[in-house]
Order: sequence, then C-alpha cells, then structure tokens
Amino acid sequence: MTVTQGSASNPLLSVRGLTKHFGAFAACSGIDLDIASGEIHALLGENGAGKSTLVKMLFGILDPSGGEILWDGRPVTITSPGEARALGIGMVFQHFSLFEALTVAENIALSLDPKISLAKISDEAARLSKVYGLPLDPKAHVADLSVGERQRIEIVRALLQNPKLIILDEPTSVLTPQEADRLFETLFTLKSEGRSVLYISHRLEEVRRICDRATVLRHGKVTGTCDPRQETPASLARMMVGTDVAGVSRGEIGTPGEVQIEVSTLSVPARTPFAVSLKGIDLKVCAGEVLAIAGVAGNGQGELFDALSGEFAVSDNDAIRIRGKSVGTSGINARRLLGAGFVPEERHGHAAVSNMRLSDNLLLARSQSDRSAFLSGGTLSVIRHDAVGAATQRICQEMDVRKSGRDPAAASLSGGNLQKFIVGRELDRQPAVLVVNQPTWGVDAGAASRIRQALVDLAKAGSAVVVISQDLDEIFEVATKIAVISEGGLSRAYPAGELSLERIGLMMGGIHDTTHAEASHAH
Amino acid sequence: MRIELQKRPEGSRLFSFLSPLLALALTLFFGGIMFWMLGKNPVDALYSFFIEPLLEVWSLHELAIKAAPLILIAVGLSVCYRSNNWNIGAEGQFTIGAITGSILPVLYPEWHSPMILPLMLIMGMVGGALYAGIPALLKTRFNTNEILTSLMLVYIAQLYLDWLARGPWRDPQGYNFPQSRSFVPEAVLPEILDSGRAHLAIVFAVVAAVALWFMMRFMLKGFEVTVLGQSERAGRFAGFSARRMVWFSMLVSGALAGLAGISEVSGSIGHVQPTISPGYGFTAIIVAFLGRLNPLGIVASGFVLALTYLGGEAAQLSIGISDKVSRVFQGLLLFFVLSCDTLIHYRVRIVTQKLTGGTARHA
Repeated sequence: MTVTQGSASNPLLSVRGLTKHFGAFAACSGIDLDIASGEIHALLGENGAGKSTLVKMLFGILDPSGGEILWDGRPVTITSPGEARALGIGMVFQHFSLFEALTVAENIALSLDPKISLAKISDEAARLSKVYGLPLDPKAHVADLSVGERQRIEIVRALLQNPKLIILDEPTSVLTPQEADRLFETLFTLKSEGRSVLYISHRLEEVRRICDRATVLRHGKVTGTCDPRQETPASLARMMVGTDVAGVSRGEIGTPGEVQIEVSTLSVPARTPFAVSLKGIDLKVCAGEVLAIAGVAGNGQGELFDALSGEFAVSDNDAIRIRGKSVGTSGINARRLLGAGFVPEERHGHAAVSNMRLSDNLLLARSQSDRSAFLSGGTLSVIRHDAVGAATQRICQEMDVRKSGRDPAAASLSGGNLQKFIVGRELDRQPAVLVVNQPTWGVDAGAASRIRQALVDLAKAGSAVVVISQDLDEIFEVATKIAVISEGGLSRAYPAGELSLERIGLMMGGIHDTTHAEASHAH
Repeated sequence: MRIELQKRPEGSRLFSFLSPLLALALTLFFGGIMFWMLGKNPVDALYSFFIEPLLEVWSLHELAIKAAPLILIAVGLSVCYRSNNWNIGAEGQFTIGAITGSILPVLYPEWHSPMILPLMLIMGMVGGALYAGIPALLKTRFNTNEILTSLMLVYIAQLYLDWLARGPWRDPQGYNFPQSRSFVPEAVLPEILDSGRAHLAIVFAVVAAVALWFMMRFMLKGFEVTVLGQSERAGRFAGFSARRMVWFSMLVSGALAGLAGISEVSGSIGHVQPTISPGYGFTAIIVAFLGRLNPLGIVASGFVLALTYLGGEAAQLSIGISDKVSRVFQGLLLFFVLSCDTLIHYRVRIVTQKLTGGTARHA
C-alpha cells in the first residue's frame, strides 16, 4: 500500500490533529487530512469510525475539542454552517432536510437570503440543474419526488452557494445503481471545474471508481491515505476494518422443503399520507430457503414488514399464511406461536426499548412464545426473572454480544452488539420462519458477517428466512432467491444465481415508470 | 445568547435517588425565605408548619386521613404516567366517585344493612372508573388529548356535585344548609384505632400501593405498562396494545380516585356537601412525582404532602398566616422535584453564538 502525504500544491483544505471528545469517548482523535483543489477525496470508514463527526466539525455543526483547520493555508474557526458556506464549503447530508409540502424552489429559498425572489431562484436552480446534469423541476412538490430527486435538490442547494468544496455524506446509500451513475457524472463535472469533493462512503467499489485519493478512518483515527485505484477492495477493507472479515460460508444448498410462509395478493392501503401502499404482493418461502427482498429505501419495505409481522394486521385473513395457517388478521404473538420470529429495522424504540435491560428486551419479544418458561403464577403472569436472565446470558454467549456488566441497558450496547442480541433473541428459539428487515443496517463488519452467517445457518437447519435489505452485497451473500420491491409492488422471486447486479438495479428503479420518466426529462 | 439543555449520556443513579430529598430541602429553604419576607421568624414558622403536627396523636390521625386519598389517587396516577397516559383529572374522578358512592345512603336513608358499605365502595370505584373512561374513549376513538379532556371534566364534576348538594340531595331537615342528610352509621367507614379519627381509607391506600407495586415490579402487566410508556412501537412489537393500555390505566386510576372520593365522604365528612376536597386530585400529581412514580415511594410522599395541608391549618392558628401557604409549599415542591429531575438528565449549557449565521465571523 502506498501512503502519500499531502499533495504537491497547496491544499484547499487541511486538517491538522483535529480531535472531538464526547465525554471520555474520542469520536475523532488527531485527524490529519488534506484535500487538493479539483480532487474527489474519499473518506472511508465503518459505521462509527468518526466520518460524520469529522465532517460535522468541518461544516461548523460540532466544535472541535482540539486541532486546527486550514482553509487555503489560513487557519480558520468554523462555528456555524453559515460560516462554512461563506468560506465556500457546501454539504449534502445523508438525511435530507426538506419540507415535503413545499416545492423544490421554496425549499431552496429557505436556505438563502430571504431578499432573493423565488422566480430568480427557480431560474438559477433550473440553470444549475441543466449544467450539472441534475434534472429537477423547481415547481414540483418534494413529497412527489423520489429519493434520488430529493438528493438533487440538496446538491443544487449546495451549488447555489458556488462552493469550492462539496461534502457528500453517504450519497449513494439511497440510490439505485443507475441513479448513482448519474450522480458520479455530476461529480466529474464539478471536478473538471476545479471544485473539490469530499466523498464519504463505506462502499469500496464506488470509491475505487470515482475517487482520486482516500483517507481511511478507523475508531476515530486515520489508518492510512492512499490512491484507491491502486488498491483492491480487500486491501481497502483491511484498512477500514483492521482485520480480514470472514466471508459468509454457504456450503451446499439443499433442496427446499415445505412452504413455511406464503403471501398471496396482499394489498394494504397506506396508513399515513407519506406511507407506501402495498400492491398485490405474492411470495412463497420454503424450509431451507432465504428469500432476499431488495429495494431502495422507502418503497414499502417497512409496510411489508409490518404486514408480515402482524404488528399491523391486514384485512384479508388468507393473504398471509404461516405454516399453512391463515394469519392475516392475527396479531404478532399469534404468528410467533406458530413458529415465526421477527427482527425489525429500527433497533431503538422498536426491536428494543433503549432504557430497559437486555433481559427485559428478551421478554419483549418472547413473553407469549415462551410463556411457560418465562412466566409463572397463572393469570397473574409473574415474570420469572431468573429464567429470563439465564436465557439472556445464553443468547449473549451464543452470539458473542459484548456488553458491560451482566444485564446492561440496551442503549449502552453498540449498534452491532445490540443487533446481534436482537437477532440472537429470535434464533434462540429456532423459528420456523424468520422475517428480518435490514439485518445489518449500521452494524460493524464483524457483527454483520456474524449475523449473515447466522441467517444462512438458520435456513440450512430447515427454516424459511425472509431478508429485506438495501445492501446488495448482503443480498448476494445470503440469498437463495431474490425479489425486488418497488413502489409497494414485489417482483417475482428469481434464483439468486440468475440475477446480475445491473438487472436488480433496473428492477429497483421500477422499470415501469420512474427511470423512464426521469430519463425523458433529463435530456 | 440562549440556554440549551443538553442530554447527559447517563443520569446519576445516586442523584436520581436523592432528588426528592434535595427537592424537599430546597422547598424548606425557600419556604423559610418566604416566611422571613412575611415578617415571621423562619425557624419558628417552619417548626409549627412541619414539626408540630407530628407531635400529637390526634394530628397523626389527621395526617393519615389526609394522606389516604393522596396515596390512593397517586398510585393510580403512577400507572397512568408510567404508561404515558396523562390523566390530570383525578379530582373529577374523585368527585364522581364520591357522588356515585353516596347514592345509597342519600337516597335510601332508611336502609340499615352491613351490605351498604361494600356496595358504596364498589359504586364509588365504578363511578370514578367510568368518569375516567370518558377521556379514554375520546383518546382511543378520536385521538383527543387526554390532558385537556380529563382536566375539563374536573370542573363539570365539581359543578355537578355543587348542584346536587344544593339541589336534589339537600337534606329536607337541614335548615337549608347546602348538604345532604348525614349517612347512617352502617354507611360510615369505620375508624381503625380507638385513639383517633383515622379510618379504613389509609388501609385501602397501603393495600393498593402494595398491590400495584407488586404488579409493576413482578407481573407481565407491569412490564407492559412500562414498555408502552417508553415506546409504543416496541410495545406493538411485543404484541401489547396501546389502546387497551389507555383503557386499563385510566380505569385503574379512575377507580382508585373514586374509592378515595367515597372513602373521604363516608369516612371523614359523613354527608355530601358542595366541596369535599381541598384539591387532593391535583396534589396527588405532586405526590406521584415526588414518589418517583413508584407505589411504595408514593406512600412516603403522600404523608409529606399531607403534612403540608396539616401544616397550613396549624400555621393559620399558631402564626396567623393564610392556609394558602400550603398551596405555595406544594407548588414549590413540584417545581423543585421536576427541576431536580431535569438536571439529572440534562446539563445546562449557555450558548453564546448563533446556530446558523448568514455571515462568517473569522476568528
């Protein structure tokens, strides 16, 4: 690996020894970083490596605890996003700050001087979107736009300030491969104008594809600076993770057994104005199979999970069948009693109550399915804390959950460890059907590989597993069958070997409309 | 410049235990200042307010009489508040419980039977529960804010009682005094000791507190209350219903407030009159929080708040100040409890710069 320090010319932005402490925890310690004019610089790192903390300091959202920032060779103190913008730093956040009820132009106007007229903003936004290949209708309401289009608003909003440096935080995490390609073209245009881009990602392939240099963070420290094109994904991953990450071993795929979960023409109207309605969903998973459901966030994954888990029962009892029993109108515990287990996407406040201890969080999911073991006293339902506590320790040991103390609050665990516990909580009872939504979202690589292995092993042991995921690498690692969800509809399931990345990407974009519509008014 | 509350990563366990005591100390300190500004000797005044009532047997009985409704109501409220249902209308449920419980002795004064008292207590609980069911129904059906509805229902209940006592239920032989006929001896809650007036209500209160403590600490129902109070979504994942919890918590607290109401009328007053409560239903909110929403803690805090009532009466006599002072003490106490709790969970930070400035200021 070649480690280069700084570029020959004066860097646009230099960071020297930048440090941020949260209490005793150092989110960033002694970070050095140089960004030259006209380069696309990647900031690589696992979740929790300190990437977001670093850029928040650069954009004036967080005060550094130590170190200095040099802009054009001059030391500066950035105490607010306004100051960062005035210097020439623009930022596109991972989570957009847009008002859904307002139009594109109105949203842009909100971040600008109130004296500028809306018409002028519309014109300027239209011009910019043309120059940079960011098709956008200034009069459209944000609520009607796709995630990719919303991201373009943020980019245009940043470009209106005529920045010298644009920071993009995980920009492709919400995009289809095709939308991402279009974003990359925009970035190359920006680069050719001499602007710099700080590109934050944990996706190695795209970093190797578009970035000139990369700075890798691990546990809040810089572990190396390199030219990503000289590296292999494996060598970059080593810098990010520190050790070689075990791949998921699948072994032989046995012949599928009996159907364990079956969904037929499941339609659910949207519960809220911003929810997605499910349209005629069919799926069937047999014992020994892993069905992965791919899709861009916000296409009905959460709604599908709610319907499958029974947290929001559906009106048609026969639309969902678990092990041959119709359960559409039954609640989540009735489905658990039939042998199903569920892992929701959101850990805090859904899969677990943050302030409660792990043992309480075990009881949360299993008070009814393990009634005879965990409760006594008949109708009084007295909790047997000893039995629940013992099961908690068993799960933590089985899944290698690292925790402080015997039974700490869920909030005190890292995302990866809590997720291992939440998945382990279901695996511990050997469910015949397991439905998992985003199993490794925001989880470190070690924990992610362990969780994926556990899902594969569960299927091999004869269970049916449904994995809803946005992470295509994960999908190819675990799936025996793949279906794609788009705008509340689910494609038919293809054997995992038959689908290419490109094909899935097209399906994720919803071949039927959005890609066409966007392509037509793009040029 | 602005003041910001920053969440602490973890609240101190020691101080969350000490916070009620700290609040009590601060209340006494500022109460002393108040007495001093009124021209009284603060030490003497505090002594006659908080110590003197504890020195006589009869006033200990009075303390128990006042603590009983506070504890009964507050343990019910603690279930509500733990489950994130904000029943503010216990005063109304107390009043309705007193009315429905009094139906038998007022309308059938000739009926002498040992059955009458248990029936009165049950009817009081049912009345209080049904009255609390109104905000529960509105919340589950129309998503109405239960804070507002339960509070507004207090005034309806109070005016209804006022009308009953002055109108249809007025004692025909009562020289036009606005009160009902006195309850027959069988309808009066018996005293527990020969030495004073304290009656069974304090026993009910302690039993209710222990029962709910057991439920919250050991039973799945208590777990359900806590989970739904912390996160409705996680509760749904566990298979618990937030709607049913609205009903459960409101009916339990309404029934206990109703029991407190009929016990007060039957045990302490002996007839129905326009005003039956010095604000027990509202003071119980303070009791619940001072007791950390823990039923056993509430037993202790119930006696503390009862003392402020008693002290107010005593101070009126001995140092000649208005008994409104007890309200001031209750207010101070609630203020300090809540602020101590806030400071346990948050750090105060004074921010001098603007969050987003349009222009850059270079250092």
